[in-house]
Amino acid sequence: MSTKRHLMGMNDVDRADIERILETAAGFEDVVERDVKKVPTLRGRTVVNLFYESSTRTSSSFELAAKRLSADVVSVKSSGSSVDKGESLKDTIRTLNAYKPNIIVIRHPHIGAAQLTARWSDAHVVNAGDGKHQHPTQALLDLYTIKKRLGRLDDVKVAIVGDILHSRVARSDIEAFQMMGLDVTLIGPPALIPPGIVEATGVKVSDDPEAMSEADVIYVLRMQHERMEPGQNYLPSLREYARVWGVNARRVRPGQVVMHPGPMNRGVEIAPDVADSGVSLVENQVEAGLVVRMAVLYDLMTRPSIGTVIDIRERTGEWGAA
Amino acid sequence: MTRLEQRESDAVNVLVQGARLFDPVEGLDVTADLLIQDGKIVQIGDKIAAPIGTRVLKGAGKTLLPGLVDPHVHLRVPGQEYKEDCASGSAAAAAGGYTTILSMPNTDPVIDSGATLEAALDRAKEGAVIQVGFVAAISVGRAGESLTEMRDLADRGAAGFTDDGSPVESARLMRRALQYVRPLNLPLALHEEEPSLTHGGHMHEGAVSATLGLGGWPGIAETLMVARDIRLAEQEGARIHLQHISVRTSIEEIARGRERGVRVSSEASPHHLVLTDRAVMSLDSNFKMNPPLASEDDRQALIEGLKTGVIDCIATDHAPHAIHEKEVPFEAAAFGVTGLETALPILLEELVAPDLVPLETIIRAMTEGPCNAFDLERPALRVGATANLALWDLDARWIVGDRPFRSKSANSCFLGDTVRGICLVTIANGRLAHDELEVLA
Repeated sequence: MSTKRHLMGMNDVDRADIERILETAAGFEDVVERDVKKVPTLRGRTVVNLFYESSTRTSSSFELAAKRLSADVVSVKSSGSSVDKGESLKDTIRTLNAYKPNIIVIRHPHIGAAQLTARWSDAHVVNAGDGKHQHPTQALLDLYTIKKRLGRLDDVKVAIVGDILHSRVARSDIEAFQMMGLDVTLIGPPALIPPGIVEATGVKVSDDPEAMSEADVIYVLRMQHERMEPGQNYLPSLREYARVWGVNARRVRPGQVVMHPGPMNRGVEIAPDVADSGVSLVENQVEAGLVVRMAVLYDLMTRPSIGTVIDIRERTGEWGAA
Repeated sequence: MTRLEQRESDAVNVLVQGARLFDPVEGLDVTADLLIQDGKIVQIGDKIAAPIGTRVLKGAGKTLLPGLVDPHVHLRVPGQEYKEDCASGSAAAAAGGYTTILSMPNTDPVIDSGATLEAALDRAKEGAVIQVGFVAAISVGRAGESLTEMRDLADRGAAGFTDDGSPVESARLMRRALQYVRPLNLPLALHEEEPSLTHGGHMHEGAVSATLGLGGWPGIAETLMVARDIRLAEQEGARIHLQHISVRTSIEEIARGRERGVRVSSEASPHHLVLTDRAVMSLDSNFKMNPPLASEDDRQALIEGLKTGVIDCIATDHAPHAIHEKEVPFEAAAFGVTGLETALPILLEELVAPDLVPLETIIRAMTEGPCNAFDLERPALRVGATANLALWDLDARWIVGDRPFRSKSANSCFLGDTVRGICLVTIANGRLAHDELEVLA
């Protein structure tokens, strides 16, 4: 059983952990602004980035974060690897674990893949997105971005808009935002708001796009049409979605800022006149992603106090007891 | 006539001395001796002398129960013997105090022809330590398109018909099956699920699925099909048996159907009676089954339904899977959990010991209920009956996983849980099927 600390989801951290990570991230800002953008903090350490889903932002930002800290980085993508030959997750993890990495960063289309990675490896594990479940570093960088722009987190009103059902970003953000005292409202078409989310989290929910006007931050989610199977009919059409819930310049009132985890579907959930304007914090989020991920890697390696020791079989013994 | 098969062995001569004999259907709850000669119960009374050649079992502090009957087991025969086979599955059943089980036809190939049915029964005759029967498919290949040759299958001993693992999606096919099966007076055992609502679902839809992001499976998907099939059975005058009922609204439909006189029996599984969707928070794939674990309110309704008799059978839906089919992320894992070896022990611990359900109700639902639903001979502690019984230490507590499983698979949703009751000896159809006394001594 692994006794390492991991970052699987937002329930692995508390308010103090988040505050410390955000502070560390702020400290890394001057590293990334220097001519020589590197510190020796993780020299001699190995970070494996294992990506089973396509990614631009998250994979590049984890890779760069590890390199800025002088770690040795191995990036494995499922396409072009033995995964294409049908290798199981377990065998892939065991194989990579043989290199004795200090940290494994994993993105996977299945919920719980990070937990299994922790079970099958000796490394600290960072969940870079598991299915529709969690994406904790996104939530941390979102908090960092909001704090940097608005100067506070407490009582900031956030409207998370769109495809909540398929969004791991929304699940991590809801937890992180509530933990840090932000006020969260979910807005979107009824079929894309998960049944039970109010009971589970206590958030406010609205299907009225006008509810966005109350928010300090409009957090726009990507319409995840690749996760929507034909025939599900969550929506009549993307055109109708854009017309009713799409965030455009007419909808954004002065003082509001707009965030989006990327990649954007321009003209669907977000109009170009917003995406390219000064109210958009999308590029600030990308910048924050680098320093926040540096802070997470640093924190896991040097102050192993975030995260909980996890063993999903704790209650139920070992696999295949016979 | 339903054919039950078992490996040949000698009928036993056994005297159980001074055990509590508990068979609520027979109105029996006494401490006495029970004598079995040549596999038949010949005497119940005090201080019975053991005839020569009779094994004596000391029963003090122990309880003799009628053999349990499970109408819903996946022995994986034919074709998936890497998960389970007749020998391992029946040994698991015997270790759980069962003396008769019915196996499902979602096999490879599907049991949808007389030849496949006979081949499966032959496997049972070679390997099963208790009595094993098979339920044949409703539709060819379980594809939901054309009816199997139900008359032929009935003639060769099918216990009933089911497309278990899948619903009969087409209302027309269901109606035709009910019409065709009615003169045979065999039950259709129905897996109730509206597939357009469960597509992409991995767990019960609710607060837990919302938290985890797992595809939700709304409880109404079961209830819609329950309501449809009760109405169809009512119209066609046929018998139906509703498998693994899991939500409150389904129980309400069954109760209404019963009031109108519809011939409907129904089962609940030990895991649905004991666990809820909260367990899935662990993302342990041993909590993934079809139908999924539902809400606490649904669980309470199942317990209530068991007590009022709306649920008249407890069935394990024993669904063994190999390690590599479960040792994957939750969404990629196979549906199903084992259950034969833990059924009565988990119910004793979770429902009987805390006085939520009387032992009598549990035993009735594990003997009388399934036997009525499938016209099987009921195991009984009665002079003249064939010995189908098991000697239990009902107070012994143990941790699931600490004792080896007889099943080939270990995908139990109760691994690590403390349960109550060890089955020491099982005699099925007068034959010794399970014997743990030697080991303990």
